[in-house]
Amino acid sequence: MNTEKVVFAFFILLALTFNFGFVLGDIDNVEHHNVYELYAALVVSLIATVMKFGDRTHVGAVLLATSLVADLQLIMAAVVWGYAVNFTEIGLDAAMMASIVSLSAGALLSNITSVVLLILETMMVRH
Amino acid sequence: MGHVFYLLLRRLRTPIITIIVVYSVSVLGFVLIPGVDDQGNPWRMDFFHAFYFVSFMGSTIGFGEIPYPFTAGQRAWTIIMIYATVIGWLYSIGKIFSLFQDHSFIRLMKRNTFARRVRGIQEPYYLVCGYGYTGKRLIDRLDEQGIKAVVLDASQSAIDELDAHELGLAVPGLCADAADPDILNIAGIRRANCIGVIALTNDDHTNLAVSIDSKLVNPERPVISRSESAGTTANLASFGTDCIIDPFETFAEHLVKSIKQPYKHIISDLIFNPHHNVLASPHQNTSGRWVVCGYGRFGRAIDRKFQEYDIPVTFIEIDPSQRGAPVGTILGVGTEEETLLKADIENATGIVAGTPDDADNLSIIITARNVKPDIITVARQNLSANKPMFRAANVNLIMEPVRIIADEIFIRISTPLLMDFLELLQKKDDQWARELLLRISAVVGGHPLDAWAYSVNPEECPAIHDSLAMQKLVRLGSLCRDPRKREDELPAFPLLLKRGEECILLPDPALELQVDDEILICGQHSAQMFMNWVAYDYNVLRYIRTGVEAPGGLLWQWISSVRKKRRRRRAAKIGRPE
Repeated sequence: MNTEKVVFAFFILLALTFNFGFVLGDIDNVEHHNVYELYAALVVSLIATVMKFGDRTHVGAVLLATSLVADLQLIMAAVVWGYAVNFTEIGLDAAMMASIVSLSAGALLSNITSVVLLILETMMVRH
Repeated sequence: MGHVFYLLLRRLRTPIITIIVVYSVSVLGFVLIPGVDDQGNPWRMDFFHAFYFVSFMGSTIGFGEIPYPFTAGQRAWTIIMIYATVIGWLYSIGKIFSLFQDHSFIRLMKRNTFARRVRGIQEPYYLVCGYGYTGKRLIDRLDEQGIKAVVLDASQSAIDELDAHELGLAVPGLCADAADPDILNIAGIRRANCIGVIALTNDDHTNLAVSIDSKLVNPERPVISRSESAGTTANLASFGTDCIIDPFETFAEHLVKSIKQPYKHIISDLIFNPHHNVLASPHQNTSGRWVVCGYGRFGRAIDRKFQEYDIPVTFIEIDPSQRGAPVGTILGVGTEEETLLKADIENATGIVAGTPDDADNLSIIITARNVKPDIITVARQNLSANKPMFRAANVNLIMEPVRIIADEIFIRISTPLLMDFLELLQKKDDQWARELLLRISAVVGGHPLDAWAYSVNPEECPAIHDSLAMQKLVRLGSLCRDPRKREDELPAFPLLLKRGEECILLPDPALELQVDDEILICGQHSAQMFMNWVAYDYNVLRYIRTGVEAPGGLLWQWISSVRKKRRRRRAAKIGRPE
């Protein structure tokens, strides 16, 4: 067992699960989506990205790319949330929530790709 | 570039993760801890405000308690997080700085810079492995001629010296093991514009590795290698190394030449080293017995050469049995009078101080002179830095292996025709050489001798080539005429003309040139500029051939041809009987 691999897989999976948990629910229902969950998804995703730094294999490069995409989507979602709460008159309404959730759904797709790649790579290893 | 970037990312993993964790915990804390607004109502920071606050707190900018004054709970959390973020930043920045001072990282950076500089070279260049005294001199001379080079050396101090050395051209250097194919690769051994590889390291094995690699990559490309043992020499020759230079053999060869054929030696010495402007008078009465101090690699080479030319010799060696010195070798260093007397110095013609220690060599020369003031002295100078001492000692002949190798390689690179000339020179007798030397000194005067070559082709001699293409006759002597006044001769003369396989020594100036002739000229350096003029400029060449300064522009050419026709017509009219 390789500790590095455990930690690595842990963060990648955690990023996916947080992300999934946040996206789950009606897309425009403010009640269904928790800000802390988005925050957790973003932080874990950032850590997962950094963990992929410096891997020179081809799979490593693709994993880094998927993670960067997820970060980008989640940061955009967080910015939209912050904008809705602090800079608009209405605050966080259904339309804003829909765009936040759809942005994080994009991140979810990217995180799924990461996990699939991780599983594929694990299957390739024969020992 | 890739290597450095990935290394940087990998090393920065922990610091960046630390910062992310500290920041996220801190932000989360501020969001969760209840506060009050200015009206005293319960209020909680949202993520936006929490991130804003942590950003200026973590970087110790500290704008204050924004947007509302903090509660005790918030302040307590702030105290903890100030220390956590500051420590996090200190740790990360410290890591980054230590990375930039890390030896392996610096080495990688240097390697990358070197690779980039080599890739940037568009001109043809030489790859020189080994930047010792020989390499240094060679690079200096290549630089003077504007020939690009790339240097590899195993010691960092040599590369530092190269970096500090003032050269006209940028010469990329890297401290690395030249025997490593990876290193040779980034030094551009596989590039098409690497036109030659020169292996000059002190290590025969490295020289071998470099030569083999180059020959495998490109069998056509010339490889010049230094070798210090007969085994390496044979090995290098076996896979077609173009030129193998053994400093000790070369050295011994020069010594024997200077004893047996002094004029030839002076000529080749002049050619090898143009700034050697003193025409040393050849040593008289060089027949007789010689005393040689030192029987190392150099001594052995001398032994072989002296036997070949039947010169009697007595060796002095501190450890004769270990080094296999011949019978009759005197035990000692040679720095003591006693040893020299034992070697019967009083009846010897000359003494060779050939130990690897410069101080010993100087001491030998001085002691020998004390015993016999008119003895011919030959000293081996190992370090270039000791030049002033050898000069002051007034040694008859200073042998500097380093200089000999560098000069020979340089000549091979810059003017290959000179090597042909030197080969032909060896076949001539010394009297012939003496006459040539007189001619050279008459032409050159007190100036340094320079030699250069032309090859009659559209690139090097467009004017001559065009004239020949137009069926005009160009004599060899035309090149040596002064383009400002064709009655005068330039202070230079042709040494050699190569036509196909045939080589003509001191060709007749009346000789008619042909396309693809190769011409070797020697003379004063200043003459080269004027000669280039003749070779390049069609109008100048026409003036020299015909004595007529013909108009160059199309308009004037047309006017003069109209005039000529009119004149001819008029002449015909006058000549015609009425």
